[in-house]
Amino acid sequence: MSGQASRRDVLGGLLVAFSFAPAALAQTGGGEGSGGPPTVAPDLPGTLAKFPDLDAWIRIAPDGRVTVFTGKVELGTGVKTAMAQLVADELDVAIERVDLITADTSLTPNEGVTAGSQTLEQSGTAVANAAANVRLLLAETAAGRWGVAATSLFTRDGAVLDGQGRRATYAELAASTSLAVRARADVPRKRLAARRLIGRPVPRVDLPAKLTGLPSYVHDMVLPGMVHARVLRGPSSGTRLTPDLAALRRQSGVAKVVQVGRFAAIVGPREWPLEQALRVANRGRWVRDAAVPALPPMPAGLLTMRRESQVIDTRRDDPAARGIRRLSARYDRPYLMHGAIGPSCAVALFEEGRLTVWTHSQGVEPLRQAIAELLAMPVDRIRCVHREGAGCYGHNGADDVAGDVALIARAMPGVPVRLQWSREQEHGWEPLGPAMLAQVDATLDASGRIVDWRHQVWSNTHSTRPTAAGDLLAGSEVVPPFTPTPPKPIPQPNGGGDRNAIPLYRFPNQTIVSHFLPDMPVRVSALRGLGAHLNIFALESFMDELAVAAGRDPVAFRLAHIDDPRAAAVIRRAADRFGWGRYRPASNRGRGFAFARYKNHGAYCAVALDVERIPDEGRLIVHRAVAAVDSGEAVNPDGIRNQVEGGIVQSLSWTAIEAAGHDGARRTDYDWSTYPILRFADAPRSVSVEVIDRPGTPFLGTGECAQGPTAAALGNALAAATGVRSRSMPLAAGSPTPV
Amino acid sequence: MIDLTVNGAAARVDVDPATPLLYVLRDDLHLHAAKFGCGLGQCGACTVLVDDRPVFSCLMPVGAIGTRKVTTVEGLGTAAKPGDVQRAFLHEQAAQCGYCIPGMMTRAEGLLRKTTTPTEYAMRTAMAPSLCRCGTHMRILRAVRRAAVMRGGGVVDAAEPVT
Ligand code: FES
Ligand code: FES
Repeated sequence: MSGQASRRDVLGGLLVAFSFAPAALAQTGGGEGSGGPPTVAPDLPGTLAKFPDLDAWIRIAPDGRVTVFTGKVELGTGVKTAMAQLVADELDVAIERVDLITADTSLTPNEGVTAGSQTLEQSGTAVANAAANVRLLLAETAAGRWGVAATSLFTRDGAVLDGQGRRATYAELAASTSLAVRARADVPRKRLAARRLIGRPVPRVDLPAKLTGLPSYVHDMVLPGMVHARVLRGPSSGTRLTPDLAALRRQSGVAKVVQVGRFAAIVGPREWPLEQALRVANRGRWVRDAAVPALPPMPAGLLTMRRESQVIDTRRDDPAARGIRRLSARYDRPYLMHGAIGPSCAVALFEEGRLTVWTHSQGVEPLRQAIAELLAMPVDRIRCVHREGAGCYGHNGADDVAGDVALIARAMPGVPVRLQWSREQEHGWEPLGPAMLAQVDATLDASGRIVDWRHQVWSNTHSTRPTAAGDLLAGSEVVPPFTPTPPKPIPQPNGGGDRNAIPLYRFPNQTIVSHFLPDMPVRVSALRGLGAHLNIFALESFMDELAVAAGRDPVAFRLAHIDDPRAAAVIRRAADRFGWGRYRPASNRGRGFAFARYKNHGAYCAVALDVERIPDEGRLIVHRAVAAVDSGEAVNPDGIRNQVEGGIVQSLSWTAIEAAGHDGARRTDYDWSTYPILRFADAPRSVSVEVIDRPGTPFLGTGECAQGPTAAALGNALAAATGVRSRSMPLAAGSPTPV
Repeated sequence: MIDLTVNGAAARVDVDPATPLLYVLRDDLHLHAAKFGCGLGQCGACTVLVDDRPVFSCLMPVGAIGTRKVTTVEGLGTAAKPGDVQRAFLHEQAAQCGYCIPGMMTRAEGLLRKTTTPTEYAMRTAMAPSLCRCGTHMRILRAVRRAAVMRGGGVVDAAEPVT
């Protein structure tokens, strides 16, 4: 990733740019995983419906290399590999000949934000169908040359063949095949039997570079003449540092202090002197901005906050059903941190009135809009280019640091600037995953069936992703400050705080209420899974509590209430592989099960855990985790396993030991010593994931399906192991409530 | 001027001796494998070997290295010719975002230079200073077990077998 390579036209100027939707249409909402321009071709699948021309997605260079353009980004989930597999297979070229350009506002389709486990559904579907279209067009060119019907030809390894010895490479054919044409909806994807890559555990295309130290992250970028920067901020979100800027100017290694209103940063040629200057600056006084509402005691305080309540689902199929036993329970989780291992970082260059920002943001297009407003620059003079960062798990400091560096770079025309936050800044300023509370009430009838279900959830918004300058930290520091976009709930069927609040089970009567809390005493935004983590924890914990009350086995109880056959298959597979029926509990050791279909329209995932609680220590040992997952068509089964294994371990950490603290004035966690996360000693003894492949069916996405079920399976296993049910996260701490 | 031996090659840098080794590796020698994670010795993203011991390069002043040999991931092998720890990690596809992985690999290399037959407990203890937020722990442990076998040993008592 040298500067020259990044700044050069990636395609060597050989291919002309395709037309974009007008900038005004590119404005995205603050939602999650949505956005981009409106649909113009509703008959086309995935994001092809918004960008129907083939050359928006795929181009073939004169040497036959295939370049794929996607508006989605690699966040460490392996989507680059999956997309390369899709294109290589559909087009019939070697995967080594496929290059991917991800999220670059000058080059790629505007696919909004990469989030919500929707990358394959939206972009994967688009590139696969575009590739199938391109293959057909190339075959038609060959057919024209040879005077035969395209249907009599076939393709192999980057060439069209007629079976009689005639062969034309894609490189030759591409020169006389225009891809500036609209995709056709009726071009078939490759027959399942003919697929060579889709459905196979193809090794990740990005790992050889990452595992041998080749520059792979925005953090690794070096541009000629590049300087480093550090931003000056108080200890945590809602505070403001009042540094002695004159003293900082005299500090050795500080070449420049950039001040824009209340925003301030130091710039210099080397990182270490800047780090030292930052430490000096951090000793300065800080104040708390009065505008932030007071934080009530959590989690019960959520119930006292101003709320906008909405019934998001209601059903009265059997109002006459007679319940004989009513149960209620409350579940909650604290604020959680994304906690990327690499603090947020961005690089920018302002030159001749144009600004380029290299960023690990999940949404380069909305970020570009926000920066344009922040700098009062026309949006078409700004280019945001995605470069990978450390895994982000949602909206962390990525966008903020990009806004920061844009302000600094504008003050230093012609000089590339690299800004990296400190660990303390990442912990102190990243938007946290919101604290949440859910209350569930249900009634059982005489036969042990659930006849009535009521779920209520209290939560802040789960997305403050930037769409305007006021959503960036720097936007509130410039003078006059920009106002943040007012928070709003993410509507169903995806949902935000109420994601997965609606059960997939068939209950004859149910009412689901979402209490949206607009006031945010603590800065919050999207954390992987959004509300699904707490809602599934509540729903699936309560299913176990009801199963106990009904005297039923928890797995059988779930199966008795589900009528979706794919859900039942996943539940059965996980239970089988775990050996649910054969399990023998030991003292302080128990099994737990949970299931969910992410968002009720994503991947199906069931998790079974075998957990021991060490008495007196509160420490947990996860002896075994077994999961089954149905993500629809499995493009890369090993990629799916990797995501689910990771989701299980990550959720064990969130659910068992994590809580982000706040003392009313500031956050109390500023590094890993005060915010511990799961380490190797406490990682499970074994994790196994079974992928149920559904070839030929839509991609359902995988990245967030395991977190909710893991949380509930842990709660259920602990209740089984100890006889005491914990309904408040973190489950390895605090005082459990008696069953 | 400070003289160093990094990945078997001599290097000379003109920096304040108090500069942490990490900045010298990344900014002066353009070896980008070691990552900045915290600068506090809490996460292990910056781990490199000094002689055969894993150290937090974010804390180690470059002036304190002396004649000891520094090994980074770049010294374990290349994309064209990966070393055995790298091959083990590739075989197990032991990465999600990959940001923590260079530190994991150098730490594993340090362990295997000490013993190729650690117990499961010793392996987990040796790896414990390094954090992974993606939850890649199981694959990382599998890769270390595999690398131990490739070195002619193997993890004793392995919680999950090498498959
Ligand atoms: S960066 Fe050195 S331990 Fe975290
Ligand atoms: S793989 Fe992402 S932090 Fe370890």
